[in-house]
Amino acid sequence: MKKLNVQDEIAKNKIKSIGLMLVVFLSFIFLAYVISQFYDPGLAYFFVTIALIFSLLFTFFSYYYSDRIVLASVRARPATKKENTYLVNVVEELAIAAGVPTPKIYVIDSDELNAFATGRDPQHAVICVTTGLMRILNRSELEGVIAHEMSHVANYDVRFGTLVAVMVGMIVIIADMFRRSMLYGGVRRDRDDEGDSGGLLIVVGLLFAILAPIFVKLIQLAISRKREYLADSNGAYLTRYPEGLASALEKIKKNNTGALRVSRAVAPLFIVNPFSVRKVVELLSTHPDINDRIRRLRSM
Amino acid sequence: MFGFLLGLIVLVVLVVVYYANRIIVLGNRVDNAWSQIDVQLKKRVDLVPNLVETVKGYMKHEKDVISSVTRARERMLGAKTDEEKIKANNQIAGALKTIFALAENYPNLKANENFMMLQEELSGIENKIAYARQFYNDSILTYNNLVSTFPGVMFAGILGKQKKKHLEIEAAEREPVKVKF
Repeated sequence: MKKLNVQDEIAKNKIKSIGLMLVVFLSFIFLAYVISQFYDPGLAYFFVTIALIFSLLFTFFSYYYSDRIVLASVRARPATKKENTYLVNVVEELAIAAGVPTPKIYVIDSDELNAFATGRDPQHAVICVTTGLMRILNRSELEGVIAHEMSHVANYDVRFGTLVAVMVGMIVIIADMFRRSMLYGGVRRDRDDEGDSGGLLIVVGLLFAILAPIFVKLIQLAISRKREYLADSNGAYLTRYPEGLASALEKIKKNNTGALRVSRAVAPLFIVNPFSVRKVVELLSTHPDINDRIRRLRSM
Repeated sequence: MFGFLLGLIVLVVLVVVYYANRIIVLGNRVDNAWSQIDVQLKKRVDLVPNLVETVKGYMKHEKDVISSVTRARERMLGAKTDEEKIKANNQIAGALKTIFALAENYPNLKANENFMMLQEELSGIENKIAYARQFYNDSILTYNNLVSTFPGVMFAGILGKQKKKHLEIEAAEREPVKVKF
């Protein structure tokens, strides 16, 4: 069990975050320019100015509010010390172990076992776990999972991961919301009022549904699976007890059915793939094989 | 030639600034880590009178233990140096452990809600002290490595910074107290 150089990881994540913001910023402007060339080259300035304002707002908003978008998209609620004393204590302990301020704590009501961290830096971090995780894991296992998340917080993985999920994934989040509302009949359409707006909504929804898989692929390319191994070993270094996380992953593997309904854009943030731990093909997955992670933890 | 010299000077300045900052940042981290421990130690000390008040009525035959934790607390509050503080705290930790072990003999006390809450709180603090100690030791190790290896050792000399001493805080067991009889 050796300590990896956190400073290098922090620097890498900060540079990658700035790079991402620049790329997204410039592609909006480029897109606006291309569209203007097709539409009316005389209006290029107008289009680019609009795009400039829009992408400035979008970048600013993403940087400061992406954690809230992520939390809202998974329907998490804040945990209280009274209700979740146990969890709050564990988070406080590991924040001390990692030398970071205590993150805010959120819970998702679900029987699935999962957790993720988000936020733009350790001062504005959030750790979120499912209620199932708290119920089924024992203390050292919960410590293992929280330590994993705490190392994502400490090395700024949370900044880059959250920015990718929101900036690249915005289309995916909207497409997934749209799909969910179609599946569960959330969108109610008046029979009498089948005007343009309804039709337009369908077209936009379809367009997003077509684009979404491309953006999911982009997210997977951006967020490397290596960071999960890194957080596993840094987390094990924090608790000095790799078996805690290893046995937590065993339980997660046994228990999870893929019933956690979250957007594909935020899936890479979770400690294990929310969709299915067993079925996902290794090559297509954002997460490393859970058995391999357990093996690595046990050989530390 | 002039450009080369200028480049060299800039490079030297950058290296000096980098190391000077690094030494100060890591030194601050050590101090901060110590204050983290301090916060938890204070919290524990604050809970002692509460605990004494709760167990007094039940543990009539364990006056010695109870008064030893009270004495250790007074020593802690009167401590002037960090060393004294740590010594008194190790005594508190030892006495608390004994109290919780003996409490096993008093079913009524164990069922007392106030006692259960205090036990949970104190074991949480125990964990936090252990983790804070771990972070403190890690920070000292990183700091000492920097100021004792080349080239950090040169800058440490200029800044008058020396290796920091590890503080011997009793290794708190991060597992429930086991009672032996």
